[in-house]
Amino acid sequence: MPSLKDLKNRINSVKSTRKITKAMQMVAAAKLRRAQDAAEAARPYTERFTAVVAGLAAGQKGADGAPRLLAGTGSDKVHLLVVMTSERGLCGGFNSTIVRLAKARATELQAKGHTVKILTVGKKGREQLKRDWSAQMVGHVDLSEVKKLGYDVARKIAADVLARFDAGEFDVATIFFNRFQSVISQVPTATQVIPAVFESGGTASAQYDYEPSEEAILADLLPRNVATQIFAALLENAASEQGARMSAMDNATRNAGDMINRLTIQYNRSRQASITKELIEIISGAEAL
Amino acid sequence: MADLMQFDLVSPERRLASVKAREVQIPGADGDLTAMALHAPTITTLRPGILRVVADGGTTDYAVTGGFAEITPEGTSVLAERAIPVADLTAAMVDELVAEAEKAAEGASADTKYAAAKLVNDTKALRAALR
Repeated sequence: MPSLKDLKNRINSVKSTRKITKAMQMVAAAKLRRAQDAAEAARPYTERFTAVVAGLAAGQKGADGAPRLLAGTGSDKVHLLVVMTSERGLCGGFNSTIVRLAKARATELQAKGHTVKILTVGKKGREQLKRDWSAQMVGHVDLSEVKKLGYDVARKIAADVLARFDAGEFDVATIFFNRFQSVISQVPTATQVIPAVFESGGTASAQYDYEPSEEAILADLLPRNVATQIFAALLENAASEQGARMSAMDNATRNAGDMINRLTIQYNRSRQASITKELIEIISGAEAL
Repeated sequence: MADLMQFDLVSPERRLASVKAREVQIPGADGDLTAMALHAPTITTLRPGILRVVADGGTTDYAVTGGFAEITPEGTSVLAERAIPVADLTAAMVDELVAEAEKAAEGASADTKYAAAKLVNDTKALRAALR
């Protein structure tokens, strides 16, 4: 049975925890808005870009001498998994869901006899993957210094990935991130970026004139497409992270409130019990005289 | 109004312009071209240069690098990796672009050497044009 003083300390400590989680929730809500705005602002570019590249790619897919970024290297032996996670914790299952998806994919690929290489973006994913997959990890991108998620960040990651591709380090690249659906729902997603795949296949836009030429434009745009996709994924991820943190902190605040209520009841009961006990002692003392 | 067309300029981070324009001068990879309403559908890649938009409200210049322009009879959209209104551009930013291009040219392989050298020249021309 904890003493009254212990209970009181406990209540105070839970109260300050609640204050912290509440503050974190509000900070996450503000950051979420900003992240959503950024994702919103990037959408027109990504959509137009993908539409045009998809149209170009549709016309080139089967052709001889199609760019390697589109046609692939002709094998699918070595897979690069780019796992994008957050730099900071306390955001519920955000990082674990991405890592779980990546691990499942890696295990599946290994079972098929493929080689797996892992590039991590964000500290949390690296920490979780380090234990079982450290032999497969080929690199890490640190985002802790990044204040504002700009296109330059995505371009650097893309340049790293493309340099590895040109050096023949892998055949297929897939990025893992959380797609933002709502504050309470983020969907871990895997998207193949090399060789490029386009969902609809694109309407072959034969009516366009191309300058310099269709092939040259496609060769110029495909590397940029990798950067664009990574950028879009980073933005989705940032919004998801804040959404996940917001709901995690909301839960924590609510739990702390429940706990305070329970502890307060316990505190009041034991205070009452000790008063009753003292009264009984006084009365029975008086009766004994 | 057949003499006006929709013009959009988007960079990955935001939409810089979405206006009705009379003509748009685009720094295409193979040379400058001007798009007006009812232009034949064209897609061209960009070289680093100045994009000039002539609208009823006046003329606006943007420095653009990397990307492409999609021209249709109804409108023109330019997707540039970097697009900065010339008014906001500082000499340091341009110098940075040139340095970046030069660095890329140093590490270029035989295949990309020509393109990298062209990029250096284009960024230098851009710097000269802005002075």
